[in-house]
Amino acid sequence: MSTATLEPRVQSPRNYLNADYGWKSWLFTVDHKRIALLYMASITFFFVIGGFFAFLMRLHLIEPQGALVQPETYNKLFTLHGVIMIFFFLIPSIPAVLGNFLVPLMIGARDLAFPKLNLLSWYIYIVGGLFTLYSAIAGGVDTGWTFYTPYSSTYSNTQVTAVAVGVFITGFSSILTGLNFIVTIHKMRAPGLTWFRLPLFLWAIYATSIIMTLGTPVLAITIFLLALEHLFHVGIFSPQLGGDPLLFQHLFWFYSHPAVYIMILPAMGVVSEIIACFARKRIFGYKIVGFSSVAIAVLGFLVWGHHMFVTGQSVYAGLIFSFLSFLVAIPSAIKVFNWTSTLYKGSISYEAPMLYALGFIGLFTMGGLTGMFLASLATDVHLNGTYFIVAHFHYIMVGGAVMGYLGGLHFWWPKISGRKYPNGWAMLSAAIIFIGFNLTFFPQFILGYLGMPRRYAFYPAEFQVLNVMSSAGASILGIGYLIPLVYFIWSMRYGPVAEANPWGATGLEWQTPSPPPTENFAEIPVVTEEAYAYSAEEEASRA
Amino acid sequence: MPEPHAEHAEHIGLAHQFEDLSQQHDADTFGIWLFLVTEIMFFGGLFLGYAVLRWLYFAAFDGGSHVLDIRLGAINTVVLLGSSLTMALSVRSAQTGNRRALVLFLTLTMILGGVFLGIKAYEYHQKFAEHIVPTLDWAPEGEVLARLAPGGLNHAELYFFLYFAMTGLHALHMIIGMGLLFWLIRRARRGSFTPSYFAPVEVVGLYWHFVDIVWIFLFPLLYLIGGRY
Amino acid sequence: MSHQIEPTKTYVTVFASLIGLTLLTTGVAFIDLGPFNTVVALVIAFCKMLLVILFFMHVRHSGGLVRIALVAGFFWLALLMGLTMSDYRTRTWTPPPQAWSNTAPPTHP
Repeated sequence: MSTATLEPRVQSPRNYLNADYGWKSWLFTVDHKRIALLYMASITFFFVIGGFFAFLMRLHLIEPQGALVQPETYNKLFTLHGVIMIFFFLIPSIPAVLGNFLVPLMIGARDLAFPKLNLLSWYIYIVGGLFTLYSAIAGGVDTGWTFYTPYSSTYSNTQVTAVAVGVFITGFSSILTGLNFIVTIHKMRAPGLTWFRLPLFLWAIYATSIIMTLGTPVLAITIFLLALEHLFHVGIFSPQLGGDPLLFQHLFWFYSHPAVYIMILPAMGVVSEIIACFARKRIFGYKIVGFSSVAIAVLGFLVWGHHMFVTGQSVYAGLIFSFLSFLVAIPSAIKVFNWTSTLYKGSISYEAPMLYALGFIGLFTMGGLTGMFLASLATDVHLNGTYFIVAHFHYIMVGGAVMGYLGGLHFWWPKISGRKYPNGWAMLSAAIIFIGFNLTFFPQFILGYLGMPRRYAFYPAEFQVLNVMSSAGASILGIGYLIPLVYFIWSMRYGPVAEANPWGATGLEWQTPSPPPTENFAEIPVVTEEAYAYSAEEEASRA
Repeated sequence: MPEPHAEHAEHIGLAHQFEDLSQQHDADTFGIWLFLVTEIMFFGGLFLGYAVLRWLYFAAFDGGSHVLDIRLGAINTVVLLGSSLTMALSVRSAQTGNRRALVLFLTLTMILGGVFLGIKAYEYHQKFAEHIVPTLDWAPEGEVLARLAPGGLNHAELYFFLYFAMTGLHALHMIIGMGLLFWLIRRARRGSFTPSYFAPVEVVGLYWHFVDIVWIFLFPLLYLIGGRY
Repeated sequence: MSHQIEPTKTYVTVFASLIGLTLLTTGVAFIDLGPFNTVVALVIAFCKMLLVILFFMHVRHSGGLVRIALVAGFFWLALLMGLTMSDYRTRTWTPPPQAWSNTAPPTHP
């Protein structure tokens, strides 16, 4: 066979991975595909750190009086777990990794509208991450990721300023990425690619980008004011001097609620792509699903007050926010019905990406439904501040968003790396993750209903069984996450070489080799078909 | 920014991801507009803080506003509007390919921006002289104290915090704008801009006008509250 | 590029209007109109902003996309301010909660 020993793939043509070598070609790249991989490595790093903090928390909570750390340290653990997982893993994850990689490919362009800005976004993200890591090493932060004032601004003596600077800086990465995507999708679509021929993943990314662009600046100014408060103690958020802590909360949640839609919408887009491919059917109600993405983005900005039902907000404002929160559930539910209708009478196969997508639908539905209890004022009074909330958002963020991210990685991995991973191991780890996840978080619904508060380093003894179950589940979940890390890395060297379209999927990204050449397409394609034209494909490729 | 292609004059400044200069110009201007929309939300948070605190403590805002120098505020408004005029004329000069006028108007814009910042610096200096800088030097006395006391000194401190935060953030944006103008002037003098490639001038122009619009609102909201009768 | 070039005269006229409006708003500040001082000042500021946007920023000749983006930006700002102020304005509509009494026995069986 081959005698050359230096290059792992002797026979593969020039693609974006082997186009250039050396650290400079990576750190100074403007190729959106390489930037996507830079993000992939970085967010995996932060995921491990955030996951490690979660692991310590669950270990601590196996005993009612706490098994591991002092309460002050416990406060720092849940704060940094939240900050890292939200700002440095979930928010970038699908947009910065899969979005960066796929948006130009899916629209038939050679790159994003602003490639250098794209690279700058990554560097900004890294600098923000470094500030946050510094704050963790230099003593940590104990305010909760929500940084509620006046504790964070006036009373806490932890590294609030450092982490505020880190989050502030990283926010601009998000803003610039969103801006880049919006301009790209508007201005650089291939000939014939009308809005209603776009894959639904792009509708989801577009809606997400609207949120990133309009919401994140408000977080930036809020964090900026918080840092000024912490440094100068002027008092706009402190009741002693006439300020209002709720002003901080309004400003904070105006971004942070839509932020959860930044985390879930791209995952929904991934699920649409996977369901269509592995049911060999076009998505039922394409336009409705597309519009629902935009509706979620818009309505998501109108509901932030539901985080403030019990903090002193006016009851009448609470009523308005409660009503609007019920409304925002509707487009999400519409999507679930549409995916289910797509599955009906589809020709379904259960490879790993499909397992993640199906898991998403079930777990996201549970998470979303439990949100309805929280949207009603009366039940929220009982459930707010308990483990019910923790379980609710983990069902959506982990059961939903992370499963969507993993499903997307498994779906597009052959395109990204030019290699296939072992499907048996992939299906096994999907099952382990599903089991581990439910074992971790379902008991937390019960704990919350029974009244166990969140963010507490100790709890009444009668809650121990459920807590131990949850911690056991967390270990299983952790193992489930480790396995893909291993086989993905393994596949890059030893996995079977992937062809251009191993799944027989529709979409422009599958029309170019795996991995794609740096310029994406030898010739810019012309689009003549609707998205998900599977019935014709089905006959052609499944002979 | 983009790498120039040597072959065709039409391709000067065309970046590899775009099909032609028209698409690139469209993308660049749409991009800066989106960025300005993010700036609306960024400053918007401060305007919300202003709205809330003014709703709660109107008397303090009234007193605080009286302490500001309305003449300097008005002069600064006129200066900044003038700089917007010269900026608009710069873009026009680029559109018509008039290099000397382009350099002249960009320079005038920069000079007017500098005048604005100079007056602002003097105003800040005045605040220190009158000891009405929150936390750093807060000890109002004499006539200033008489103006601020009726609304409550704590609440007046909140007003001045907003004053410094809003005008400070605005000034920071002005300084960035000055840097961008300097960069533009250098490129303009080298003849980088033609009637078919002048997007950087237009982009900086749009940014500059936005910063002007923020001041158009800051002036009445901070300097003209209540009335001086 | 199909960009219409504004004549210099237009820019100068717009500038003169902006200066005029600035003098007007400054002058009105010296007259007592009660709550309408704020309204007048904001209306004038809004007009100045429109002039800058339409003429200096060329939105007069821009396509729909830029206009939608602009309108969206202001609409979102209005959402932020409107919904937040709805909290502050209605807080006093409900009486403050009474303290619980821990010593008095419950009235229901």
